[in-house]
Amino acid sequence: MNALLDRIARLGRIVIAVLHSVGEVTLFGMAGVSHIFRPPFYGRAFGTAMMNIGFFSLPVVALTAVFTGMVLALQSFTGFSRFSAEGAIANVVVLSVTRELGPVLAGLIVAGRVGAAMAAEIGTMRVTDQIDALSTLSTDPMKYLVAPRLLAGTLSLPLLVVVADILGVMGGYLIAALKLGFNSTTYIARTLDFVQLDDVLSGLAKAAVFGFLIALMGCYQGYNSRGGAQGVGNATTSAVVAASILILAFDYVLTEMFFAR
Amino acid sequence: MPASVKLRIAGLKKSFGDKLVLDGIDLEVEAGSLLVVIGGSGSGKSVLLKCILGLIEPDAGTIEIDGRDILALPPEQRAVERGKIGMLFQNGALFDSLPVWENVTFGLLAQDRVKRAEAPALAAEFLKQVGLAETVGELSPAELSGGMQKRVALARAIAARPEMLFFDEPTTGLDPIMGAVIDGLIIDCVKRLGSTAVAITHDMASARRIGDAAAMINRGKIIWRGPASALMDSGNAMVDQFTHGRREGPIQMELRK
Repeated sequence: MNALLDRIARLGRIVIAVLHSVGEVTLFGMAGVSHIFRPPFYGRAFGTAMMNIGFFSLPVVALTAVFTGMVLALQSFTGFSRFSAEGAIANVVVLSVTRELGPVLAGLIVAGRVGAAMAAEIGTMRVTDQIDALSTLSTDPMKYLVAPRLLAGTLSLPLLVVVADILGVMGGYLIAALKLGFNSTTYIARTLDFVQLDDVLSGLAKAAVFGFLIALMGCYQGYNSRGGAQGVGNATTSAVVAASILILAFDYVLTEMFFAR
Repeated sequence: MPASVKLRIAGLKKSFGDKLVLDGIDLEVEAGSLLVVIGGSGSGKSVLLKCILGLIEPDAGTIEIDGRDILALPPEQRAVERGKIGMLFQNGALFDSLPVWENVTFGLLAQDRVKRAEAPALAAEFLKQVGLAETVGELSPAELSGGMQKRVALARAIAARPEMLFFDEPTTGLDPIMGAVIDGLIIDCVKRLGSTAVAITHDMASARRIGDAAAMINRGKIIWRGPASALMDSGNAMVDQFTHGRREGPIQMELRK
């Protein structure tokens, strides 16, 4: 009986710890968002964050998108040729890239690249008293460090996904036209006829949510890091892992919301 | 409150979990003077400083500056009061991502007290006051030596002409000569600004050089107060043990319990 109670108590502690963490992250996110709308605004910090998250992620996101589109075209051909449906490749590629692969892959890539960097930068600032120094210099660290990054993450990932969508579809087109012998004009016409504005917009909405989550986890883990270099390292790992899991979980939730109707 | 008292702390308590770090601190700092707070590692010095700066919320007690309890002020007014305070952190805490000139004028820019275009020239003036060349302004903090970083941090602390200055281990990590140089700059800056200052330190030579008054904190309590010149001959067994660096004595005995 006692052993059973111990197990229940242990489970209860785990549930409470998880709920506590979720609550802390939520409150941190709400505080960060509230600072986005209240002056003073730090335009320079926002511009730097946009460059770091958006512009400098372009090459790796572009490469990922092109190769994903190419692989998708090849794999689709392999499957569809078994029941003579090769003509649907253009449809599958554009739908997969815009609705799913563009935002999710861009999100995961940016989580690894930017989420880690954010957690490391803010974590280092925490353990070297730079965040305390901000407070003593009449600057709210949440307003200066967190709010610009949350806004930049939310705005820049959709822009990256627009590029990823175009390049992903182009990757599929290159394979279809140059390797699989599809007629270029027909492939492009099929793509443009099939894709709908909703497909693209829902992907961009997902990207905005993913961008916010990446920035939130990077900032939260960095802001709360403790214990020197090891603490910063742990924060960096936690930021990437948490952001990646959240991206996949929210991908399902958003897909249900957008497409179940 | 007598007009000469700038900072008064009464009954200040702070715990982290079960650990009581500040156990009813009572302290006064006279206007225009520099109080040195000494004490061993983990005695509560840094927590005391962070409570005064508003970086940690104490559990109980009052912190009065010019007779006003800053803990009772609404957040906006506390932010205004914080603007009157300058702080030199132990490791400098310069912002890695900004050039030196922007570090020095960061507080002024944040308070819109200077235009961005004028900031580099203004920073050069403050750098000159701490013995650094104008060209240092264009460097990044990572390109500076430890002593130079401390000077830049001091320039940043005095840039807003604060009414109160706080120094956390100002000479830690510096060689004795550079430590003396930093102490000289601290004395100059405090006198020039007419500020009231509090420094926490382990460095007895530095404490005697810069301090007007001194206090020792042990286990979260102030156990001695007196003139800084009396630090080495205080008549208090704990202070004498600490200032002379003796292994044997009441502090050691307490640790063994």
